[in-house]
Formats: sequence, C-alpha cells, structure tokens
Amino acid sequence: MPSLIDIRRRIRSVKNTQQITKAMKMVSAAKLRRAQDRVIAARPYGAMLRKMLANVASAAAGDEQAGQNPLLAHRPEQRILLVLVTSDKGLAGAFNSNLIKAAQRFQMERPDATVTLELIGRKGRDFFRKRRARISGDQLNPAKPVYQETALIARKAMDLFQSAEIDAVYLLYNEFKSVVAQKLMVTRVLPAEVPDGAEPVDYIYEEPPAEMLKELIPRYVETEFFRAMLESTAAEHAARMTAMDAATSNAAEMIDKLTLYMNRVRQASITKEIIEVVSGAAAAE
Amino acid sequence: MADGLELEVTTPERQLVRERVSEVELPGKKGYMGILPGHAALLGELGIGHLSYLAGRKRWTLAVHSGFLEVLDDHVRVLADAAERAEDIDVERARKALGRAREQVSNPPADADPSVALAAFDRAQARIEASEHKQSI
Repeated sequence: MPSLIDIRRRIRSVKNTQQITKAMKMVSAAKLRRAQDRVIAARPYGAMLRKMLANVASAAAGDEQAGQNPLLAHRPEQRILLVLVTSDKGLAGAFNSNLIKAAQRFQMERPDATVTLELIGRKGRDFFRKRRARISGDQLNPAKPVYQETALIARKAMDLFQSAEIDAVYLLYNEFKSVVAQKLMVTRVLPAEVPDGAEPVDYIYEEPPAEMLKELIPRYVETEFFRAMLESTAAEHAARMTAMDAATSNAAEMIDKLTLYMNRVRQASITKEIIEVVSGAAAAE
Repeated sequence: MADGLELEVTTPERQLVRERVSEVELPGKKGYMGILPGHAALLGELGIGHLSYLAGRKRWTLAVHSGFLEVLDDHVRVLADAAERAEDIDVERARKALGRAREQVSNPPADADPSVALAAFDRAQARIEASEHKQSI
C-alpha cells in the first residue's frame, strides 16, 4: 500500500499538469478567435474572385486560346503532388494523425500513380521524412498565414504542373467546421476547375478575356492554398482547445479519485493503530 | 440613375473598404480611370498606384498593388493583391524602399530579375503618392 505522502505527491503532480492544460486551453481559445476572424476576413475576396473568374471564363468560352490555358490541362494522373498541411506542435488530439492517415490512404488508393509530397508543418515533415517518402519540399507553419508567402508554395506547384512534371495537385488539410469538429478535406486544385453558372454580362473588357484568364486562374489557385492554410490554423487551435479541455477535466477526475483513496488509506492506518493499541492493552491484562 | 456607387476594396487577407461613394479614381493596367455612377459594366486588371474615392465630402486614398477590378450596376469591386490606406502608410519606410528599389534598378545584381526590382519600385512609388495625396486634400 502506498504511503500517505506518496499519494499526496501524486495529487500535487496531477494538479500541476492540470494547471498547464488549463492554461494551454485558454491560449488556444484566444488564438482560435483570431484565426477564425482571419478566415472570415478572407472570405469576401475568395467569393468575388470566384464570381469574376466565372464571368471571364464564360466570356472567353469561345476563345481558342483560353481553352488551352496550361493550368486547365487534364492529363492522366500518373504523377501527383499532394500538399499536406499539418501543424508544427502536437497536443491537438487526433489532428495530425488523422491527416497522416489520410495521406497514406491517398497513396494506397492510387497504386499506379507516384505521389510526391509537399509538406507544410513539422508533424507531417517528421513523419514522412523518417519513412523516406518522396518529398518535393517542406516548410514550417507561419504563426499567422501571410498571403504572399503561401502564394509562393502555390506558384511552385503551378510551375511543376505547367512544366508537366506533375499531372495533378491535391490539397489535404483540416477544415474548421466548428470548435469541436474538424473536417478532413482533399481537394484537387490543379488542373483548375473553372466555376461556371455565371449569367453572361456584356462587360467592356480592358484586356481580352483570354488574357485576363491567364492572370485570374493562378490567383484563384493561390487563394485556394491560402484558404487551406487559414482553415488549418483555425482547426488546429480548435482541436487543441478541445483536447486540452478534455485533459483538464480528466485531471480533475483523477484528483477526486486520488483524494478519496488518500482518505481511505489514512482511515485504514488510524483503524490499524487503534486495533494495535487495544490488542496490546488486552494482552497486558 | 442611382445615387452613388458601392465601392468594395478587398485583399486576400481582408476587406478594406465597403462604402457608398460618389466617385472613384483608380489605376487600371493602362492608366488611371475615373468611375462615376452609371458607368458601363467593365472588367479589367488593376495596376499599381493610388486609388481615391469621394465619400460624402471627404476624399480617401489608398495605395493598391495590382489585381482586378469589376464595375457592374454601380458596384465597383476591386480585388487587390495588396492595399493600404494612406493613413496607415509608413512614409519613411516607403521612401527607404524606394531608394533601395532605385538602386536595384539602376545597377542590378547579375542574377536578379529586373522585373522584380521594377515592381518594387512601382509599389514604393504608389505608397508615397498615396500618402502625399492624403496630405494635399
């Protein structure tokens, strides 16, 4: 039976852990708020760009040149670039392991294709480096996604695609659905899918539509990457917040259990002492 | 005719302006253009320069760095790669950037892409112009 002091020590240690998890939860909650604000702030641009792209595409539909945009070229998917967005830090529940599992599943489902990985975030990088996967590049997460930096990754992917070294580019990341739920998203970004459904408007074009399309499509791909980064950041903080909340309540439960046990041990030792005193007195009579 | 225009200036990171205005002046790819209520539908690319608009009696200025623009039904949508309000521009920094860019343009390092330096020069120029416009009105 452990001594009273041992149990007290245990309780103190659990309490310390609880304080840490509680603090981490609070930090994540604050970061989540900011990340969420950024996701919302970035929405109008994406929505407007999509609409504009649809408009221009419908205007350029008859144009021979526009149909041959290199970013729209469909090829059999033999060499695929998978852009995997993980987090740098752990303690976020199943956030990263779900992503990594999904990435492995992605490879298994395409046994005929060579999948190359572009890794964002330390967790994915460490995992796939150890397993010697085909990696085209890796980088850490910025504390706050900056458009210009994310665009560099997108441009690299577009270059690979245009030079026909890669036949398709997929993004794999966690989308922020709500504070308690993240959704794994696998989206194909290249060849780009031009949104349709625009009713034709008789615009005056400053530049020929085909020319504009050439500028709009890369921008569209860049925003897809940027959105993935923003969503993933928000989802990461949400996942960590939920995980740390669970850890805090588990610690509370553990403290309760240990306290009860400690009291029992103390009671038992008192009872034992009384029995000893009584039986000692009885023997002396 | 409708009274005024609805102006929206948006960058990938956030929306900077969403206001009713009576007049917009902005840099197209081939030069500045003014947009008044009743303008025909237009799609085009945005250049680097300063965008100014008249809201009420006040004229506001922003520096914008390339992107796209759309005019439709008295709705002006500007999708800029980057944009800053004139009030927020650090003129000192912009001037330094301009100096650096000028240096790069006049005697470029062997391996540098001259268009990068030129674009940096234009951006710095646009920011300084925008902040000067703010002061002159």
